[in-house]
Amino acid sequence: MDAPDRDVKPLPRAQSEVRPPLINLKPLNWFFDINRAMSLWPVTFGLACCAIEMMSVSMSRFDIARFGAEVFRPSVRQADLMMVTGTVNKKMAPALVRLYEQMPAPKFVMACGNCAISGGPFKFEGQYNVVEGVDQLVPVDIYVPGCPPRPEAILEGVFAIQEKITGRRWWPLPEELPPDPAPKSKK
Amino acid sequence: MELSIASFVQIFVAVLLIIGLMVGNAVVMVYFERKGAGFIQRRPGPYEVGPWGTIQAVCDSMKLLGKQIFVPGNVDWILYFAAPILAFFPVLLLFLPIPFGPYLTGLKVDDGILLILAFAGFGVISNILAGWASNNKFGLLGAARAVSQSIAYEIPMILALLAVVFLSGSLNLSEIVENQGSWPWQWNIFVQPLAFFIYLVSMVGETNRAPFDLPEAESELTAGFHTEYSCMGFALFFLSEYANMLLVSFVCATFFLGGWRGPFLDGFWWTFIKAYVLMLFIVWIRWTFPRVRFDQLLNLNWRWLLPLAIINLWITAVAIKFFD
Repeated sequence: MDAPDRDVKPLPRAQSEVRPPLINLKPLNWFFDINRAMSLWPVTFGLACCAIEMMSVSMSRFDIARFGAEVFRPSVRQADLMMVTGTVNKKMAPALVRLYEQMPAPKFVMACGNCAISGGPFKFEGQYNVVEGVDQLVPVDIYVPGCPPRPEAILEGVFAIQEKITGRRWWPLPEELPPDPAPKSKK
Repeated sequence: MELSIASFVQIFVAVLLIIGLMVGNAVVMVYFERKGAGFIQRRPGPYEVGPWGTIQAVCDSMKLLGKQIFVPGNVDWILYFAAPILAFFPVLLLFLPIPFGPYLTGLKVDDGILLILAFAGFGVISNILAGWASNNKFGLLGAARAVSQSIAYEIPMILALLAVVFLSGSLNLSEIVENQGSWPWQWNIFVQPLAFFIYLVSMVGETNRAPFDLPEAESELTAGFHTEYSCMGFALFFLSEYANMLLVSFVCATFFLGGWRGPFLDGFWWTFIKAYVLMLFIVWIRWTFPRVRFDQLLNLNWRWLLPLAIINLWITAVAIKFFD
């Protein structure tokens, strides 16, 4: 069954101009880029079940604070990173675009979960209310797959954004780490 | 006090040192705050940026320095930029009369506490200016809350300090310290425990910190009066918030905990130890208590702290009259 004919509004697209820095020196940019990568403050912006994983990643087991990214700012003016955690429907799209446009540059977007990447389980013939991929609205830096992604995956997404900013990976991969010592048995 | 060249140079050097103290204090306290939050919630807190996350606060401030400067639409930009500057600079003046040590005082004035309490009002003006100038409903609501809260909590704070002023017979902070002894039982906290408690509660309320952080209640008001401030404006508000915390801690240490007087060896280290213990206390209660409602906040002030402070002041005055 087809969706009934109606006036379909085109999706809003973020209009946000990023100018080059006023003082464009290479060592200065390198310095600021490292500092930006080390303090990515996310927006308090959760949409669906992936937001639960975003909360989990800031809690004691997976602690995103270790990498300086736990300062969830309620005001987008003070934030650097927007994690789009969950299904974006067409009702939400203008709000999301406005939030993105309100963020001061440099700003980064992480599409968390299958819904934000492509529509996920909501992509089927005749669906009329879900945005199939948040990259139709705002430019996305990193896609973190999963339904919902595990907290480790979200951490890995933060590392990928840090790598994208600075050009190198900062933290060792799991296979580069020394093996865990055997747990000591209590005597 | 006459204004000679020497006193001018003294004030200049003191202001320079105070700027250093404010910036260093903000860096250290941001680290302790996030680390303390981590330990209280059983997680490590900032850990990877620098050894044990020690340069995390430096990275944050540099990032804020490198963010885009912008002015919201339909905004009086002079007022918009004046507000964070007005929040930051009066605090420099507030640190001048504080006796850090026997000789380490920026400006020895006879009515030092009057100077502090008078110029502390500038913080409220900067808050309401920020809320009004940013052309944002959340900012304005946050500013209105900040004003009503700061004005309300200033009154029991002043009354609690006044009881100590009655005891010492002086508004000069150095003399108040000299009237207390070196050992803890000779401090004013044992003569005026109720005034100390009232001051402790109202100093948290005065600095807009949790559990009284209603001006920036995140769940209701996004970020309160600094909703629209992005880069260095926001950093200046944060700097002045931490400087205000340090100031009320220093005043508390001076009035109730003996200032630079301490066991074994008097000196400026005792002032700093006491002030930073109080700062860690503020951080501790921030991460352990839930936020109060606004009516609860004002009820606590007008119905409990203010009458208690007045009764305490009255009892102090009567006791001084009859037993001294």
